[in-house]
Amino acid sequence: MQVTLPAKPVEQTLLVRRAKRPNWSVLIERALEVFIRLCGVSAVLFVLAIFFFVFKEALPVLTNPKFSLSQFLFSDQWYPTSEVNKRYGVLAMIAGTFSVTVLAMLIAVPFGLGAAVYLSEFCGARAKETLKVVIELLAAIPSVVWGFIGLTVLSRLIVKYTGAAVGVNVLNGGIILALMSVPIIVSIGEDALKAVPDAYREAGIALGATRWQLIWRVLFPAARNGLLAAVLLGVGRAVGETMAVLMATGHAVHIPHSFLDSVRTLTANIAAELGEAPAHSEHYQVLFLMGVLLFIITFLVNLCADLVVRGVRRK
Amino acid sequence: MQTAFKTRFTAVLALATLASLLQCGCGDSGTGSKGSAGAAPKVTIQNKGSDTMVNLAQAWAEEYKKVAPDVSVEVSGGGSGVGIAALTKGAIDIANASRDMKPEEIDEAKKNTGKEPKEIIVGYDALAIYVHKDNPLSEITIDQLAQIYGEGGQITKWSQLGVTIPGAANDEIVRVSRQSNSGTYEFLREHVLNKKDFKLGSRDMNGSKEVVALVGSTPTAIGYSGMGYATPAVKMLKVKKTASDPAFEPNPENTLAKTYPIARSLQVYTLGEPKDEIKKYIDWILSPDGQKVVGASGYVPLPHK
Repeated sequence: MQVTLPAKPVEQTLLVRRAKRPNWSVLIERALEVFIRLCGVSAVLFVLAIFFFVFKEALPVLTNPKFSLSQFLFSDQWYPTSEVNKRYGVLAMIAGTFSVTVLAMLIAVPFGLGAAVYLSEFCGARAKETLKVVIELLAAIPSVVWGFIGLTVLSRLIVKYTGAAVGVNVLNGGIILALMSVPIIVSIGEDALKAVPDAYREAGIALGATRWQLIWRVLFPAARNGLLAAVLLGVGRAVGETMAVLMATGHAVHIPHSFLDSVRTLTANIAAELGEAPAHSEHYQVLFLMGVLLFIITFLVNLCADLVVRGVRRK
Repeated sequence: MQTAFKTRFTAVLALATLASLLQCGCGDSGTGSKGSAGAAPKVTIQNKGSDTMVNLAQAWAEEYKKVAPDVSVEVSGGGSGVGIAALTKGAIDIANASRDMKPEEIDEAKKNTGKEPKEIIVGYDALAIYVHKDNPLSEITIDQLAQIYGEGGQITKWSQLGVTIPGAANDEIVRVSRQSNSGTYEFLREHVLNKKDFKLGSRDMNGSKEVVALVGSTPTAIGYSGMGYATPAVKMLKVKKTASDPAFEPNPENTLAKTYPIARSLQVYTLGEPKDEIKKYIDWILSPDGQKVVGASGYVPLPHK
């Protein structure tokens, strides 16, 4: 029998009969895609914009001939409102930020990583859920409440058990910052350890490793990028913390000689003085320069960690 | 079809949410009127500044609400410096200050707002020197204070003042001070340190109450704050101008008689002459009712004329 072909070519017939999606549906999908791309790019945009703004406010003081950058970085004399001799030296505050952050990390990293290991390796399922919720709660406490706890409760304990003259010092600030950083280290550390495939653990046990050997020699090296990221985020939180350290460190411009000395951090100084500094005055610009300094410190910490990770990876 | 309806519904919902958000964002937020009655039924007066005066200003605001219920006074602290900075920007109506405005601040205000700030003294206060209640010291001279607090000052231990603190491991004087935005800080620097700088390393507290709280919990501490902030955990030292002068206690009589060496006036600043509701509020503060609140808060009311 002869097959009668349709008058139009086959492709055209098929195209005409295929159902089309409505135009507005396509447009909305495209718009959503643009929006999602924008969100992704926005993180970079915001960081650049903030850095640009802070640097723009600080720039005039750098070009001011009376301002000496070496005095700014290496002198511990901070007298921005002096009537007789204005001096802008932030060394004491760099030492303050550094000492409080280092102490906080010395306390937080063993505790945080230990808790992450416990949650990932030793915990039963139900205990794990409860503990995770409680640790998230610890992260949800506002920083000003932490500062208040440091100022009232912890300072009394420190005076009683260490015989310090004042309870608001590096030790107080360090403990509070450690308590604030531990939830971050635990959350991200636990995720990093969870991401290590079970095959590693099974291989280790099959070769006769003890539990500690398994953790120290198999899991930590395998999860080191994630664990380093966890510690870095904890450091970032400690360096950037303002309200808690404003209340808990004693706010004294003083290079600390012991853990029981009061210090002032860069962040607390900016918070305390920016309200009073007349807009665009030299004091105001120097405070923004301290903001730039904080940016650079965070950037250097991240850069070091990145290099360490890369160096470890190459081995 | 079901899916077509759902997508259409979601799209309409998203657009509606966006439209309403834009409406809220672009709408006029309506800041409080600056004391000009008649435009809005409720008048708001923005009051900011001295931490020394913040409790007093709050007490005034609460009392005034009983006198003029349709006027609301919003009080916040931050320090005399913060209040004056806000006034020079024209952001507030009344600035509280426990120190005088500096000439450069007055120029800044004239430049920004075109009006000259007007000072109105509303009370007096004595700057008390606080030590822990178990501290055996009872008197101090202005020079000793300058040596303790000033840059290059030689007194760093309690033994140099001739006292030993019972039960203290360390003899070092723990200096408690205020942050640099404080009028109390500026007043001490001007009148005790003669405009020289403070010694670095003092514990710089945020407010008047925190200074007294820290001194009260630290046996080897010394601090300065308004006399209205005294608590049972501290005691106030008698101050004498020089070693040979008599020592005076910080109390209202000595403040008004000017025998207590470190007494200061508490003032409010407005941009230009106060008008309308602001004038009525300040007149009330200067009246016997307002001054009664000053006395009740622990400060010294203006002498009766």
